[in-house]
Amino acid sequence: MSEIQLGFVGSFRYLWRQLTSMRTALMLLLLTGLAAIPGSLLPQRTNGAIPVQDYFKANPGLAKFLDKLWMFDVYGSPWFSAIYILLFISLIGCVIPRVIEHGKSMLKPPPAAPSRLERMEHHQVFAGDLEVLEKYLRSKRFRVRQEGDWISAEKGYLREFGNLLFHLSLILILLGVSLGSLFGMKGDSIVNIGERFSNIPTNYDSITYGKLFTDKMLTPFVIKADNFVAKYNPVTNMPEDYTLSVSVANSPDAEPVKRIIKVNSPLNFGSTAVYLQANGYSPLVTVRNASGAIVFQGAVPLLPQDGNLSSTGAIKVPDTSPQIGFVTSFFPTIEQRKGQPARSSYPEALDPRLFIATYVGDLQIDNGIPQSVYKLNTEKMVQVGLKQLKVGETFKFNDGSLTFEGYVPWVNLNIVRDPGKQIALIGGILAILGLLASLFARHRRIWVRRKGKELEIAGLAKNAAPGLEDEIAKIVKEFS
Amino acid sequence: MSAKTWAYVSNYFVYSSMVVYTLAFFSHAYETAWSLRNPDAAKSSDGNLLTKTLDFTKTEKIARIATSMMILGTTLLFAGVVSRGISAGRVPWSNMYEFSITGAFAFSVAYLLTLRKYDLRWLGLPISIVVLLVLGTAITVLYRPSAPLVPALKSTWLVIHVSAAIICGGVFFLANVISGMYLWLDSVEQRGGRNPWAQRLPDLETLDQLAYRLVAFVFPLWTFAVIAGAIWAEHAWGRYWGWDPKETWAFITWVAYAAYLHARVTIGWKGRKAAWLCLFAGSTFIFNYVYVNIWGTGKHTYSGLK
Repeated sequence: MSEIQLGFVGSFRYLWRQLTSMRTALMLLLLTGLAAIPGSLLPQRTNGAIPVQDYFKANPGLAKFLDKLWMFDVYGSPWFSAIYILLFISLIGCVIPRVIEHGKSMLKPPPAAPSRLERMEHHQVFAGDLEVLEKYLRSKRFRVRQEGDWISAEKGYLREFGNLLFHLSLILILLGVSLGSLFGMKGDSIVNIGERFSNIPTNYDSITYGKLFTDKMLTPFVIKADNFVAKYNPVTNMPEDYTLSVSVANSPDAEPVKRIIKVNSPLNFGSTAVYLQANGYSPLVTVRNASGAIVFQGAVPLLPQDGNLSSTGAIKVPDTSPQIGFVTSFFPTIEQRKGQPARSSYPEALDPRLFIATYVGDLQIDNGIPQSVYKLNTEKMVQVGLKQLKVGETFKFNDGSLTFEGYVPWVNLNIVRDPGKQIALIGGILAILGLLASLFARHRRIWVRRKGKELEIAGLAKNAAPGLEDEIAKIVKEFS
Repeated sequence: MSAKTWAYVSNYFVYSSMVVYTLAFFSHAYETAWSLRNPDAAKSSDGNLLTKTLDFTKTEKIARIATSMMILGTTLLFAGVVSRGISAGRVPWSNMYEFSITGAFAFSVAYLLTLRKYDLRWLGLPISIVVLLVLGTAITVLYRPSAPLVPALKSTWLVIHVSAAIICGGVFFLANVISGMYLWLDSVEQRGGRNPWAQRLPDLETLDQLAYRLVAFVFPLWTFAVIAGAIWAEHAWGRYWGWDPKETWAFITWVAYAAYLHARVTIGWKGRKAAWLCLFAGSTFIFNYVYVNIWGTGKHTYSGLK
């Protein structure tokens, strides 16, 4: 029985030593780099589902095979996790014993001077006084130990300290990342200018939770989108500035405060931040039924299709019989050329136009299959008319009418809660400081021994750090 | 002067720096050719070029001219980069043309600064070729008119993150050239010895050390560039790390150089193995710059080429 246990402990020890050996750590480090490559060459689900779907359409067989290897979720895959978890275990296994050792060496005086200094580096003999040298080395902030006729002095503990700090900081960064992914959330919501967004799950267009995130952790706030200004370059049509003015309150009853959100300056509520991520147009429409009663009125967000904000979407009116739907396009500055589809030539609304294709029949909303709000399922519908409208114009058809009342911009608010980001940031800063210390501090020892009437001096530079020779030469010159 | 005039001025500066770099290239080439065929050695009765001690006093003058040309070319390029920035009213780092001219400048400066401490003039030939290639590609293929920034790039972090990345690029590139030189000289030595020109190059040990020092010097800055990028990404995109292709390759470069430093310091890799690892790490940086900018997807699509 005891033999089996020994065997188990023994093999565990063997494995542990293998894992924490520098060679293994180096291999794991290189492997982490290599393992990250496929995720940069293949589309990843975390960066959007559509490119992955396109890849599946283009290469169905290959995609299926790659999907079995988690190639579209590389950074969450078991094999990638296995590599970096092993790397971190190996790192901890390397660092902890060194932390203990470094702590001990800080408490202990420097080791005794070797008996034969002439065997050490930069050995020199000169006439000098041991006590004067001791004082000098202390004044240069060496840790000095003097016993009998020798001095042992050591300096540059910062190097190992920095080295350990750097590696421990990496663990801190990993901790921050894990906290963020466990207790974080992110979501998107399209908000028309003039409307309110209050931070509850049902107000999101899409929302994803970390594994341990619960609804209660959502920071309570209400944002009213007051105004949105987009500036474009009239020559290149490229955007130059987006400014969103909002009124913010921590609860629906609280007094709102005015704030500005820009692309590079989000709105912060503790560890939750609100980002301005995209913008587009929502045409304002009124739909009436055959008897002239209003059956739908409001702003309908459409999705931009190009840099000039040619936008498409759908308007669905389910509460009529038959149901009515419109396939809708909006062009802020219309450009129509013969033989070419209509498009927008500028992202600002200089000459806006609404295109509608009107359908009546069954919208198929109530059959339980989820539908995109931007797409009309026309399988059980009949097209009854195509029309382009200017602001104020109305299109009439047998079962009712649609009036194009105007338009408002919409903004996409990207709301992210990441409680680990501060920890990761502290880890990052400490990592850089540790790295600087470990690469630029020089760890060295200097020994002096009285030999008859003269002194012998020699030293040892750890990691072949340069400069010790000059340092010793300077001491010899100054004190002989 | 108007923005347009400044843009023209910038282009003239870049063109003239190319002319001067070309002169530097020819001076370096002449110097190299001269030292390869030393007339004194050829006249000797022994006839064996390899065994002759060579006299380089004649090439010293032309080598000085070459270095002066490199300094002048770099100064002109600096003027080109600055006037480009003035014309756009911002730091000149928002498309691939601008990254390339600033990167070529950083690379030349890294070379010239290292020259103060080490006699690296033997590197002048490959370095002037690289700078000319980068500038030539920039002004012909990558050129885009000077334009204001898109909102996502309007941030102080543009100055901090991109300048750090460009400096790292310049130094990594230099370490790559030196490691490449190491591998070439090593194979030359294994095949029987250096030719006269190669004889005056530093010994392998020095090259090995130099590549290591350059990497060790710039690795903290690269770490900073990645972290600064993460902070900016958190401000602009709502997450500090998203495995965007650019981020992924920056991570791969970081890991590869970390492996190189560990291999050198902890395991004691030297020579060929270390040089290959250094070359691999450097090529991940170049891949990131060329491939991800031009053909890649993701959020770092600022090349201006699409």
